[in-house]
Amino acid sequence: MSVEYDIPLWIALPVSAFLLIGAFLTLTGTIGLIRLRIFYDRLHAPTLGSSWGTGAIVIASMILFSYLESRPVVHEILIGIFVTVTTPVTFMLLGRAALYRDRSEGSPLVPPMDVAPPPSKETTAEPAS
Amino acid sequence: MNRLLPYPLLIVSIVVMWLALTRFSVGQLLLGAGVALVAAQGLAALRPSTPRLRRWDLIPKLIGIVLLDIVRSNIAVARLILSGKRAKRKSGFVAIPLELRDPMGLAVLAVIITSTPGTAWLDYSDRRGVLLLHIFDLVDESEWVDLIKTRYEYLLMEIFE
Amino acid sequence: MSGAILGWSVLIAQLAVAAAMILAAIRMLKGPRAQDKVLGLDTLYITAMLQFLLFGIRTGTSIYFEMALVIAILGFVATVALAKFLMRGEVIE
Repeated sequence: MSVEYDIPLWIALPVSAFLLIGAFLTLTGTIGLIRLRIFYDRLHAPTLGSSWGTGAIVIASMILFSYLESRPVVHEILIGIFVTVTTPVTFMLLGRAALYRDRSEGSPLVPPMDVAPPPSKETTAEPAS
Repeated sequence: MNRLLPYPLLIVSIVVMWLALTRFSVGQLLLGAGVALVAAQGLAALRPSTPRLRRWDLIPKLIGIVLLDIVRSNIAVARLILSGKRAKRKSGFVAIPLELRDPMGLAVLAVIITSTPGTAWLDYSDRRGVLLLHIFDLVDESEWVDLIKTRYEYLLMEIFE
Repeated sequence: MSGAILGWSVLIAQLAVAAAMILAAIRMLKGPRAQDKVLGLDTLYITAMLQFLLFGIRTGTSIYFEMALVIAILGFVATVALAKFLMRGEVIE
């Protein structure tokens, strides 16, 4: 069960460590996706995979390919940046969609449309918390 | 400078990215510069107002804080999921009145909050400036309001407003 | 020796990510509500992308990187469209 290219130990160890960290964080995230009961709780679980799960695997890939091609290889960072920038957009949209659907059904689990402060205060200045 | 080269930072970062993706050569440098110029013109056509950065020096501090927080909350949330003590954990919604109004700052705050496991950005009302968050492990509501306001919002307001 | 260490780590990591893909697919099929299914689909996209990166590390070629990038982009567009659909009932207003 060996890889087809030659690498020294000081490359193999950090790459392996980052790979295992990333893979098991991702697995933990999906275990949470299955185990948690409420949708809003489940929304937190996949962020494990999309933050350091992806991050660690991308770092491992960067270390390995920088060694193999004997030049700094950073194109994996594109995936890192892409996932970092797009995940908030998708999860925000999903969260808002779920909130909208729950509100329109009148679910008691979610806060109603007018969370504090009430809309009559609109014109006055916001109190500085 | 302004008409011909809008968004100099964008142009530089696109050229650097282009050279990182390919191998360095004069041809690739020219091609990357051409793509960057077209992209900057396209962006200028879309949105004329340049985001103003007031404090450059605080950006590394913000990045450091965010990376540390993401590592910490990764560990915390992974432990909560694996331990499976559902009865002890309570999740809930928190409404936070924000003073930050700059769209760029709000976008950065959204990225920070969503990519940190344990907090999810659900809704923001831009008329009243109230942010609705869902917190995975909610112990004390006011503690979270303080955390978001002093840790992130203060820095973002320093940087962007 | 060091090749074997990396080989076994990649294998274990791939098995873990494969298990993660199965769990995400279960959530996508089971639901119970539409937003759960979309969340499962998005997670499935992310884990599939990671699986491709791991294949790239196993073979030492960067071909898989392009596939991973394409899957990441497809997953983003699909999830945004689906979330928009859940909210308004139509994708383009």
